[in-house]
Amino acid sequence: MSTTSRAGEPDQTSEGRRQGLLDRLRGKAGPGGEEITRRLLAETYEGAQELDARGRQSRPELEREMGGVLRLPEGVGLDPEDIDIDVPTDETMILNLGPSHPSTHGVLRIMVELEGETVLRSKPVVGYLHTGMEKTGEELMYHQGSTNVTRMDYLSPFFNELTFSLTVERLLGLELPPRATWIRMLMSELNRISSHMLWLATNGADIGAINMLVYGWREREVLLQFFEKVTGLRMNHNYIRPGGLAADLPDGWRDDVTAICDMMERRMDEYDRLLTGQPILQKRLQGVGPLTAEEAIDLGLTGPLLRSTGVPRDLRRDEPYLAYDQVDFDVIVGEVGDCWDRYAIRFNEIRESVRICRQICEAMPSGDYRTQDKKVTPPPRNRIDESMEALIHHFKLYTEGFRVPPGEAYVPVETPRGEGGCYIVSDGTSRPYRLHMRAASFANLQGLPRMARGALIADAIAIVSTIDPVLGDVDR
Amino acid sequence: MSVAVTDVVHGCPAVDSLGARVVHTDRERYHGLLEGLRADGYDLFVGLTGVDYLTHPGRDLPDGVGPERFEVVVELWSVSDRRRVRVRCQVPGADPWLPTAFDVWAGAEAHERETYDMFGVRFEGHPDPSRILMPEDWEGHPLRKDYATGSVPVQFKESPDRR
Repeated sequence: MSTTSRAGEPDQTSEGRRQGLLDRLRGKAGPGGEEITRRLLAETYEGAQELDARGRQSRPELEREMGGVLRLPEGVGLDPEDIDIDVPTDETMILNLGPSHPSTHGVLRIMVELEGETVLRSKPVVGYLHTGMEKTGEELMYHQGSTNVTRMDYLSPFFNELTFSLTVERLLGLELPPRATWIRMLMSELNRISSHMLWLATNGADIGAINMLVYGWREREVLLQFFEKVTGLRMNHNYIRPGGLAADLPDGWRDDVTAICDMMERRMDEYDRLLTGQPILQKRLQGVGPLTAEEAIDLGLTGPLLRSTGVPRDLRRDEPYLAYDQVDFDVIVGEVGDCWDRYAIRFNEIRESVRICRQICEAMPSGDYRTQDKKVTPPPRNRIDESMEALIHHFKLYTEGFRVPPGEAYVPVETPRGEGGCYIVSDGTSRPYRLHMRAASFANLQGLPRMARGALIADAIAIVSTIDPVLGDVDR
Repeated sequence: MSVAVTDVVHGCPAVDSLGARVVHTDRERYHGLLEGLRADGYDLFVGLTGVDYLTHPGRDLPDGVGPERFEVVVELWSVSDRRRVRVRCQVPGADPWLPTAFDVWAGAEAHERETYDMFGVRFEGHPDPSRILMPEDWEGHPLRKDYATGSVPVQFKESPDRR
């Protein structure tokens, strides 16, 4: 079969792909010899990940990279014929941003095709932080699992632990004491503040408000100190576990949380003056990277990205988990769907989270912080010295783990980045048969080609910043 | 073992799984079911992933759906009705492929690439079927159950003595 084809229409059959690969590999050989290397690779090779020259991309791939392929009702979306597909290749330049570029928030690599300073196509290339955590999760017992998942979205570790624990508890059919639920809610909301605070800091740095970087980290530091006081660790806490929590809140927690709330309210007013009224910031964000509601829904975006287009989707209200139906808060939505709306949403969500934290301080029930189901919760340390049964339970729990009935469950939560969920298939043993984390950042990155199309390269940086991807979450 | 069917959605049996609505299907009915669900108002594509049932073949399925090695799980959400539905599609292990959902939801793109990368389930009609998380010249599909942990030599692209 011929491998040559007209420019723009490469041979897309699997035989054509294989031939193309073999051509590419000519002269390169591993220790097994050229023939072995070729045969092994050709079995699973499906093409390059990088953004390629226009002449070598297929039409659907090209449209995808231009953000043009959307399933929208007639008249709403982009006309596929409208795509400037005939720009001569010699007038455009493919530029590689990342993977170690400071403004890409981790090891995100973005390849953009530029005409002058205007972005024509873009493609996020991910996977540089992939460590196979879902595979690791299949090896760990359920009580060890939260140490693994907490490292995925490292800026909102409590949400990873929460969705994992809620899914395991759904499979077990476990009811939690109310105090455990409310402490989980408190830690989630404080985590939302710290995550948004870090976003505010890095977003400021990305678009030139460098002083915000220092202030944002300063506020986050106060929250991390509280997390350390409660959980013993600043990040990767392993605090929310299947069956409840690792420990109760320390004495004086209410004063700490109240102090944090007072400080955040005061400081948010300051940042409002520092940032929101700033003409430079407004010029950098307003009208940049706009999305319509139809586009955001079709691309599968969630969280602040979807809410910025006016869709009031917040799982805390739409599918209340924990005790979110018992607290009063507003779902912040935007109107235009540009970077400015996304900025405003995160900014005001911090204020809403402070509001929720104050209500939690008022309403925190007393009682146990974990379930007393002896098959899930290990006995307290001092009981082990006194009771043979406690010793046996402790030994069994830490050597064999607890068994989870066969089945499958998916429980989503509203993380600072959108819908974060955990899908677990159990085969009845003490390890998950399959553990999948639905990562909000991973899905949200799909919006980049659409948002960046036609923007300036400097705007693309602002757009990546307002997507707020955490690469630990994208790559897992 | 079979589970009780609560209702039939576009010719596919729906069951209740711990409070969630789950529709079971196979490769022949998969794409038609997705188009039907999109027309029913499930407009937000939440996620798609795979499960390799190689070492756990006995799971509860409704009558009329035969177990296969792979399963592709799709999670959908309706923005207007705030409802959720899950689709579980059986994919034969001998020739794992499915028609792509990209022509129904553009948001399926990255999830299908990830599922190809991790399980080797091909999505026919996908515009860019390359690997997404693993290097593009990686061998094998790591989340398959016959892909062992701990015994794989580290592969670096530019290392002179790779493998």
